[in-house]
Amino acid sequence: MSHDHHHHDHDNELDPMAARVRALETILTRKGLIDPAAIDVIVDTYETKIGPRNGARVVARAWSDPGFADWLKRDATAAIASLGYTGRQGEHMQAVFNTDETHNLVVCTLCSCYPWSVLGLPPVWYKAPPYRSRAVIDPRGVLEEFGVTLPKDKKIRVWDSTAELRYLVVPQRPGGTDGWSAEKLADLVTRDSMIGTGLAREAA
Amino acid sequence: MFSEPWQAEAFAMVVALHERGLFTWAEWAERLSAEVKKPDAASDGSDYYGCWLAALERLMAEKGFAGHDEVDAVAAAWERAAHATPHGRPILLENDPESVL
Repeated sequence: MSHDHHHHDHDNELDPMAARVRALETILTRKGLIDPAAIDVIVDTYETKIGPRNGARVVARAWSDPGFADWLKRDATAAIASLGYTGRQGEHMQAVFNTDETHNLVVCTLCSCYPWSVLGLPPVWYKAPPYRSRAVIDPRGVLEEFGVTLPKDKKIRVWDSTAELRYLVVPQRPGGTDGWSAEKLADLVTRDSMIGTGLAREAA
Repeated sequence: MFSEPWQAEAFAMVVALHERGLFTWAEWAERLSAEVKKPDAASDGSDYYGCWLAALERLMAEKGFAGHDEVDAVAAAWERAAHATPHGRPILLENDPESVL
């Protein structure tokens, strides 16, 4: 089928959102407030270099090094920075440790504050209204939707992130992993287990 | 993480502007929160970066860095430039046939 006569087959279309982003970038660049090259670097960093593997290394280190675990409990910002992961927004980090008695769950009811430096960018569900509202009201129900069923007597503690304070859940170390290297342990640490909507993988 | 390139660019602009000290992260979180809490925000979070962009535009207008009308005008120029650019060639603002630059 041929194109109709009004159609220019070499037209490009910019959708309105893309055009507005370009417009902002143009205006701010002209004013010297941003550098397009720096924008590219940031995009590349978040798309390829920062992700949940960072957090997994933090957790695996805490599992295998009691001194580090203790530091992480007392001053997570410094302990995490010692591994080279520093927040760009000057936010403070707090590590919350799962135990036999308590499971921790992280949410941002305000918007989507998230520990970017250790987990990368948040998953879509974390930013969506249902999770943001229900994690506080019905954490047990939310966890079940994620396939996590906790013993009835296990307490669930929900941590609401802010622009200044972000949380990292340290899941419980799976059994049967004695003597494992930190590198091997890190493979058991999933993104969701560090948000609290999952548990660490079982040792295969 | 980003479903379209403009989302990544909008995200990175906020990070870059914040790093230059043009606003605090708390100021940003407040604007973003206002957008995502609007009653017409999608319940599946699919318009999250739309909210992000709206919050950025609002903050830039409030700070006097980029007014709404100015963004409208330059965005229209980008759309005209895109139309005037043959497929497969980079879209440049200079390609806007109505450009007065």
